Order: sequence, then structure tokens, then C-alpha cells
Amino acid sequence: MTAPAGGSRLVRIAAPAIVAVAVLAAWQGIVQVFELPKYLVPAPADVAATLFEDWGLLWRAALITLKIALAGLACAIVLGTLIAFAFAQSRLVEASFFPYVVLLQVTPIVAISPLIVIWVKDTELALIVCAAIVALFPIVANTTLGLRSVNPGLASLFRMARASRLQTLVRLRIPSAAPYFFAGLRISSGLALIGAVVAEFVAGTGGHGAGLAYQILQAGFQLKIPRLFAALLLITVAGVVLFLAMVWLSRLALGRWHESELAHES
Amino acid sequence: MDIVTAGASAGVAPPGAGRPPAVELAAVAKTYPNGTRALDPVALAIAAGEFVTVLGPSGCGKSTLLRMIAGLAAPSAGRIRWWGEGFDAVGRPGRSLAMVFQEATLLPWSRVRANVRLPLDLARADRASAERAVADALALVGLGEAAGHYPRELSGGMQMRVSIARALVTRPDLLLMDEPFGALDEITRAKLDGELAELWRRQRLTVAFVTHSIYEAVFLSTRVLVMSARPGRIVHEVAIDEPFPRDDAFRVSQRFAQACRALSEALAAASGPQ
Repeated sequence: MTAPAGGSRLVRIAAPAIVAVAVLAAWQGIVQVFELPKYLVPAPADVAATLFEDWGLLWRAALITLKIALAGLACAIVLGTLIAFAFAQSRLVEASFFPYVVLLQVTPIVAISPLIVIWVKDTELALIVCAAIVALFPIVANTTLGLRSVNPGLASLFRMARASRLQTLVRLRIPSAAPYFFAGLRISSGLALIGAVVAEFVAGTGGHGAGLAYQILQAGFQLKIPRLFAALLLITVAGVVLFLAMVWLSRLALGRWHESELAHES
Repeated sequence: MDIVTAGASAGVAPPGAGRPPAVELAAVAKTYPNGTRALDPVALAIAAGEFVTVLGPSGCGKSTLLRMIAGLAAPSAGRIRWWGEGFDAVGRPGRSLAMVFQEATLLPWSRVRANVRLPLDLARADRASAERAVADALALVGLGEAAGHYPRELSGGMQMRVSIARALVTRPDLLLMDEPFGALDEITRAKLDGELAELWRRQRLTVAFVTHSIYEAVFLSTRVLVMSARPGRIVHEVAIDEPFPRDDAFRVSQRFAQACRALSEALAAASGPQ
């Protein structure tokens, strides 16, 4: 099957778009036909109207959540790659500390975020710490695996050339690890957002530092269900935007050589 | 490392004159920690200018032998000398090693040019002379046009040529080749064998070559060592007294067939009743 690239691209965009339009139309229709109250199930038109009316509030909240998620992700990247480098340098280090990274991963963030909020005085910083903890593991695990997954022939070549540890790291290990790192990054970007939202639910912010989770909580208390839906929509959009940004970064870094990024070749 | 000295024009002394062998193995054996005997004591010497092929069935320890010569594995018994000295001297001018592996083992994220330049970069050679050496090496394997391509854009045979260029770029005094054409189709393999024979002759290389192909061994070598399977040991040695350049006419000649039969019988005797 060799469909022209343009046609398949049209299908990739058009097909899900048609599904979205159909679902929204059905939703709108059902709400109107059965006259469902707004505080139970708002129609898409209501959500759109709220999004427009409350745009200033919601947009600010979305930016705050996104900022926390991104800061958490950045911390996770820096810390995660440093940990991965340490693990890759020595099996002993990895054996000693890996269980504790796993421990951090399996402990639900909901359970430890109150503690973090108590320990870290600044609320925003506490939320960033929570997001970073959730996003850390995929980066550590993937990058460590990547740093170890060096072609044995190339490793022999570097040994025969008497390459220094640094040369081997920069010219062989890091490029070899890049595809693994970016795979981890895609997972972590979504997790960072989840971490930011969940931590805000638990910690509670309030005032002008309030993110989308706070808006959802408030909207729930006040039965402003259309606003709740609008905030939910923005969280989803933020997640998709983050994911696409990571895909773009990955393509930028690996596009010219790695199989995963080589689009359609015969 | 000695790089980019004008190789073709320099008045080189006759190969091997007054120098210790490029590599000399005395009772070298390899036993793995789990007790597997990969290689029984082996003695061999390769003089400068020779093309020595180690021929044997899969798993006979011939790759292990080559890896020990490359310094990638340590013998569990015996002694290896490179140009009459220990491994510490390897890499000094006139004592350089290079290896070509079973696969092309190129950096997929680097273009052909950077791949070939890698050994010079690792040795911190200066950029301008390195670029000249890369251009020369690529020209030797007929790939001057492909310098800007990524390895994945090349065929298997071309990738292997890049790998050979990368080995030649340092002008190695001993070139080790571990079944370099084993993964290629028959036609490409014959073509690359012919090119390698020419390279060896013109560049006055010293080559230690490992293969399980009798035809390849006869076509390329000045001397063939036959190894038996586990535990590996050298059981037979045949000099191929055919002048170079060798061409396709040699492949279909009576002498070629005779040499192949002699090696085939030696291999059969070494393998024992199957």
C-alpha cells in the first residue's frame, strides 16, 4: 500500500477532526433535546461561552499551571540526567541508589505532597518539587539505559583509539542515549503536568497564584460546571501542547539520523 | 600518531626489513572465567607487509585471537609482542593498529566525513590535516562523493567501505579485519575483496584478516592459517604463492582451485568427523 504522503496526512488530520465535530454535535443535541441543566452537563456552546467570558481568569490560571509543570520538568531533566550519568558511570552507584529512585516513583504524589507543602514554605516552589518528583523517573530510567546501550563495536573502536572517558561520554554515550532520553522526555512532560495539577489539588493555592486545579475546585464548590469544563479543556490543551513540544524537540535532535524520526521512507 | 605523511610518494623501505614482526604471539591461550577454552596455545608471527588470513569455522576462537591482538581482550596465558614491544608501545609512530569489525559500526548521527575523521579527532589531530587525510582515505575506497551522506543513506557495501576508510585514515601499521564482508552479498563481497587486495598492494599494508570463507582466504592472502573448532588452535598453514595484482582470472584458475581444495581438506581434517 503506497498512498501518497499528502493524502495520508489529510486523513490523519481530517479523520479525528470529523470525529470531534460529530461528538460535539451529538453532545450539544442530547443536552438540548433532554434539556439537561447546565450545572449537571453543560453543552459545548455553554463551555465555549464560559471560556470566552472567563478567559482572563482561566488563561492566567493555565499559564501558572503550565509554568509549574515546565519548571518541574526542567528540574527533572537536570536532576534526572545527572543521576543517570552517575548510574552509568558505576554499577555500584546504580545498585546502591536505584531502589530509592523506584521508591520515589511508586509513592503516590498525592500522599507525599502535603509533606512537601509543609517542608517547602513557598507554595509555588512546593508544587514545582511535586511535579519534578513525578517526572523524574522516566528520565532517569531511560537515560541510564541509553547511556549503557552503546554499540559494542563502537565501544571497542573508542577503546582502541584510547579515547578518554570524557571523549567517550560526549562522542559516543550521549548521542547513543539521546533517543532513549527523548522517549523518556515525552512521558515525563505529561507526568509533570499531572504532578503540577495533583499537587495543587492537595496543597491548594488561592489568591493570584492559583492554577487550573484551583479553578476546578472553586468551580466545583460553586457549581459553575461550565467553568469546570473549560478549565479541564485547558489542562488537556496544555498537556497536548507540552507533548507536541517534546515531539518537536525530539525531531529537531534526532530527525536526521534516528529510525524513530525518519518519517516515511520506502 | 603518524597521520597524513604523503604515503604514496615516500620512499618506503622494503617491508619487514630489519624490523621485528608486527605482531608475535607465543603460546597465547584464552580460557573464559566459566572454564570455556576459547583458544588453545597459539604461536604465530605476522611480518610487516604480509596479508595473513586466519580461516576457521564459526566459534573457533579466531575473533578472540584478533581481539587479543587488538588489545581488546587479554590472553589468559602466553605473551603477545607488538613490533617487539609490549602493548604500551602500540599507538606510537610506526606502531599503530586499526580494526575493521564484522559490521560497519559507524556513528549513525555523524556524516560519512565525520565518521572517517573520528580516529583523528579522538587523537586530537589538527583539523586541516585531518580533513586532508579523510579526503584521501575516502578517495582510496572510492567514496569521495559520499562524504556528506549519513550512514543510513548508504548500502551495506558502501558502509563497509566507509568503515575501511576510517581504519585507513590513521595509516595503520597493522590492520586487523574481523570478517568484514561476512554480512554482504556474494557479488559485493567479491568486489570488495578485489578492492582490498589492491589497497593492500598499493598502500603496502600489513593485514591480519579473519574469515570463514575459503575463497576469500585464498584470493586475498599471502599466507593462510587454518584453525580448528573448540578449543581453537592453529592446525595448518598454507602460503598462497600467487603474485599480485590478483584479478578475476585468478578466481577461476587451476591454482586457485588447488589452493581451495588444500584448505578445504585441512579444514575438514581439523573439524574431525561430523
